[in-house]
Amino acid sequence: MSTTILFKDIDENGLHTIDVYRRRGGYDALRKVLTSMTPAEVTDELMASGLRGRGGAGFPSGKKISFIPKADIQKYLVCNADESEPGTFKDRELMQKSPHMLVEGIVIGAYAAGATKSFIYIRGEYVEQADIIDAAIAEAYAAGFLGENILGSGFDLSLVLHRGAGAYICGEETGLLDSLEGKRGNPRLKPPFPANQGLYQGPTVINNVETLATMPHIILMGGAEYAKIGTESSTGTKLVSVSGNVRRPGNYEVVLGTPSREIIYDLAGGPPEGREVKFWFPGGSSSPVLEAKDLDLPYDFNTLAQAGSMLGSGAIIVVDDSVPVVDVALKLAKFYRHESCGKCTPCREGTRWTVSMLERVDAGLATPMDLDIMASVQEQIIGNCLCVLGDAMAMPIGSMVAKFRQEFEDHIEAARARSERELVQGAVGA
Amino acid sequence: MIGRRKKAAPAPEPVLAAGDKRLPEVPAIAQRTVPRFGHGSRVPGWDDAVDLTKDPAEIPDPATTPVPAALRAEIEAHMAKYPDFRSAAIPALAAAQRHHGWCSPEAIEQAACVMRLTPGYLVSVASFYDMLETRPVGRQRIYVCTNISCSLCGADALLARLQEETAGDPDFNVRGFECLGACDIAPMASVNDVYVGPVTLDDVPALVGQIREGLPPLPNKQLRRRKSTDPNATSPEGRNL
Repeated sequence: MSTTILFKDIDENGLHTIDVYRRRGGYDALRKVLTSMTPAEVTDELMASGLRGRGGAGFPSGKKISFIPKADIQKYLVCNADESEPGTFKDRELMQKSPHMLVEGIVIGAYAAGATKSFIYIRGEYVEQADIIDAAIAEAYAAGFLGENILGSGFDLSLVLHRGAGAYICGEETGLLDSLEGKRGNPRLKPPFPANQGLYQGPTVINNVETLATMPHIILMGGAEYAKIGTESSTGTKLVSVSGNVRRPGNYEVVLGTPSREIIYDLAGGPPEGREVKFWFPGGSSSPVLEAKDLDLPYDFNTLAQAGSMLGSGAIIVVDDSVPVVDVALKLAKFYRHESCGKCTPCREGTRWTVSMLERVDAGLATPMDLDIMASVQEQIIGNCLCVLGDAMAMPIGSMVAKFRQEFEDHIEAARARSERELVQGAVGA
Repeated sequence: MIGRRKKAAPAPEPVLAAGDKRLPEVPAIAQRTVPRFGHGSRVPGWDDAVDLTKDPAEIPDPATTPVPAALRAEIEAHMAKYPDFRSAAIPALAAAQRHHGWCSPEAIEQAACVMRLTPGYLVSVASFYDMLETRPVGRQRIYVCTNISCSLCGADALLARLQEETAGDPDFNVRGFECLGACDIAPMASVNDVYVGPVTLDDVPALVGQIREGLPPLPNKQLRRRKSTDPNATSPEGRNL
């Protein structure tokens, strides 16, 4: 039984234009919100839906909006379209094919939060998608869904698309805000949380693309109805990006609570012929890895958290048994070293040293004790920085060392034997 | 600012001479001299970014800083969009980079002049982001995603092959890039902002040829043509795609 909400008719020709989108019922939710609901009612509806943020943290979206102070001050809504978590590409498809769904969601979210200025922060690499959204915003302004006095309700909202320039850390909400203010994208200390002091020091609600795009559907079907989809603690559907060693990589809309095996094998086709799943990242490269024996876990927020991992951004990366775990760990660590902004020492130094240690492992220069040191470095990163970039490396690397320790040790031994053999052969040859 | 790189970066000369009388007698093994740069820092690259003997550059004087009219108009349009004009720093630098090919000292100075910011402020921004180039680069940009999903599908070999194919051509800027958000078409590349994939090693000569001739890269493998893989994404007729 499948339920398709976000991906319904996603490949219809011209869905990215306002005419086709409206023909499919687009902007009906916005009309309903602005003509018959108060902001508090919209927030209540979102709370009733149980919608949890789709960007990575999984925080209840209605609650997030309710944290915005009610005072009569300038408030902002920012859509996080920086999508740079390795393995994640769901927002890209959504923005490219149905940009008006996002625009409509932004207006609804902003109305609930009382924000009158909104921004989409899109990563600089998504040039084609940004051009599509720019066109969609212009269409929405022309049709009166953005701007002043939207649909005669007296509600004003401006929407600006801001293009980033390539930095993973700008997907972190406070790093994103600094970047949007025209600075280096360094994360800020929390608290104060963005809901109190965010963009330009004003109260700011920050939501992921998929979260906002879901809001119109919740309004139309009603929060209680939406909550019936999925599991009790993880309601609704989720776009899951499946990539890595699978036969049909791509985005799949699944009901939360679907068994992971069904997503990886039935939808994405499983690993190539003759290979087996060795381990998989359930929620982007920042999530601790799970093994083949965990494939039957239902794919939802709480189950994955109980299994010691997380749903994160909903990006499943499958690694099959032909790939050495050390290679994956090294690739990951190098990525986080490159993307660490350098503000906090545990992350800046921890990522660098982890790469050095993994290179020693790969070259056969390490001893099993190095693995313990590496694990302790990971422990010292977690929770000791302003943002979770360091944790995002420490958690998967720590889980790989814990779950594949024997392979790490074998890798060291094999590399040492290999280099010694080469040394001897070199000496004999000379 | 970065313009001063021209004369910067002298070979790391040990300032501490081995026979310096102020140095205490130490065992031979510790006498290895620590490389230091001209101003005493051990941090390589420090000389590269700033010249400490000069005063910080001030906001460029419009009277002496000519800015192309198109660039000025573009930056001013960006500044007008935001409640705080500084938010336009990234779009302004991106615009300056499009005009000059990279964030050259001249490009930064022009952007700083229009935005009424110091060049140093904009250098601090430009040096943070991967897509803003602080060194001269070729104008044909090929970013090859070498992150985890793509490398599981052979991205490292693709990058090597592309670098080999374009070796010696200064017109090309081929580089490995962090996850570009297109793991469904892995291994993939962003060719002058157009996503193509999956790119096989055999595609490389054709791809490079198309770029050289200014043709659209691998038209049949462009991301924008890709249909959803989800079997439940219905078409208007209700049939499965």
